[in-house]
Amino acid sequence: MTLYFTLNGKKTALDVAPGRRVIDVLREDCGLTGTKEGCGAGECGACTILVDGESRLSCLMLALQLSGREITTIEGMAVERPLHTLQDTFMQKGGVQCGFCTPGMIMSAAALLNRNPHPTRSDIRTGLSGNLCRCTGYQKIVDAVEATARREEEAT
Amino acid sequence: MTQVYLPRTLTELWSYLDGEPEAQVYAGGTDLLVKMRNRKLSAAPTLICMERLEELREVTENAAGIRIGAVVTHTKLLRHPLISRYLPVLDQALRTLGSPLIRNMGTIGGNICTASPAGDTLPPLYILQADVELHSRNAFRILPIREFITGPGETQLQKREIMTGIRVRKPERYNVHHFEKVGQRKSMACAVASMAAMLRLSPDGIIEAARLAWGSVGPTIVTDATLEDALLGKKLSRETLTDTAQRIKQIVTPIVDVRASADYRRTVSGNLLLRLLDAQPQNYGKLSE
Repeated sequence: MTLYFTLNGKKTALDVAPGRRVIDVLREDCGLTGTKEGCGAGECGACTILVDGESRLSCLMLALQLSGREITTIEGMAVERPLHTLQDTFMQKGGVQCGFCTPGMIMSAAALLNRNPHPTRSDIRTGLSGNLCRCTGYQKIVDAVEATARREEEAT
Repeated sequence: MTQVYLPRTLTELWSYLDGEPEAQVYAGGTDLLVKMRNRKLSAAPTLICMERLEELREVTENAAGIRIGAVVTHTKLLRHPLISRYLPVLDQALRTLGSPLIRNMGTIGGNICTASPAGDTLPPLYILQADVELHSRNAFRILPIREFITGPGETQLQKREIMTGIRVRKPERYNVHHFEKVGQRKSMACAVASMAAMLRLSPDGIIEAARLAWGSVGPTIVTDATLEDALLGKKLSRETLTDTAQRIKQIVTPIVDVRASADYRRTVSGNLLLRLLDAQPQNYGKLSE
């Protein structure tokens, strides 16, 4: 069946089986391999995307649930510039090591900052608590989100 | 190939269910899709997703209390002023449920229908004496949650029947609300043991009303009216709670699994009570606007 939704700002019509997982549709049909599959069971957050601005697990959504929604993946984060501020601060602060969790981490951080532009470190930890990282020890990831909030504040 | 439907109204949902009586109904998908992945469900079923049923996504207040639509997500409940004001024990439990991602997807109706002994909303809903609304095309019934849930993963839900809402009276006589979960970590942790409590304390610390429920230490949520009654008229003290802790250890029937031994769960069930010593009575629901 044909699904109509907005993907990274573009109106999209996609012919797809309604029972396929969203992560598979994004990676295989749309070629957007930035979204990762870690556990496939909602435990790790590597597959986090934004659905109408709210963070969700694309491994636990079926294709039909995309209809009419605005979907943002890591590929849609930077608009009219090479990197989104979060992507830049993750690099600057060393919030990336192997990189597998990073797209999901950034999507969760983006959802957090949308709702709470001035989070405390504790807010950041809670906001990212559904995303696992096995390399960094989280400290530098929290630093990066904190630095993003500060930078956005200075810019306004 | 899995067929999926996304009804927007109950009328649409009934027509899908009439055509496919074996269809699996789901809301957030955080339990069902994991079970499908682990092949714990037989055959590739037809799925009906309830996420777009706007009529089941509201939280409302009426003279009888608060009604929560079955498809309200945990995140929406956490942000809802009626919940934080009148049902703090539920609010506290929701904060420990899954992760922000799971809370953005999972729903209260789903948590109840999954009927896990470790379901985080269940101990609060038991002590709040919640009723669940069950609809099929031509019938409607209301059951107390303790009757609706009959065993681990087992409920009274019939074929072609769905849960549409949860009704809770405002627990205005209680001035202490408390929930605590012990798990292996804070996020994404399945409860090893949990306890929800509501108390009414007199100004000099006498227990005038008590409701207690334990999760993850029996096939369903554990409550005991005799235990609650025994607390009435007593001072909230270490001695009272230690005595009650000894008794609850005899009442719970925990299992041994990968997360904890039965003995540990029994001990924690008792120890969770001691936290009530820190209780600070508040006028829940009577705070100014």
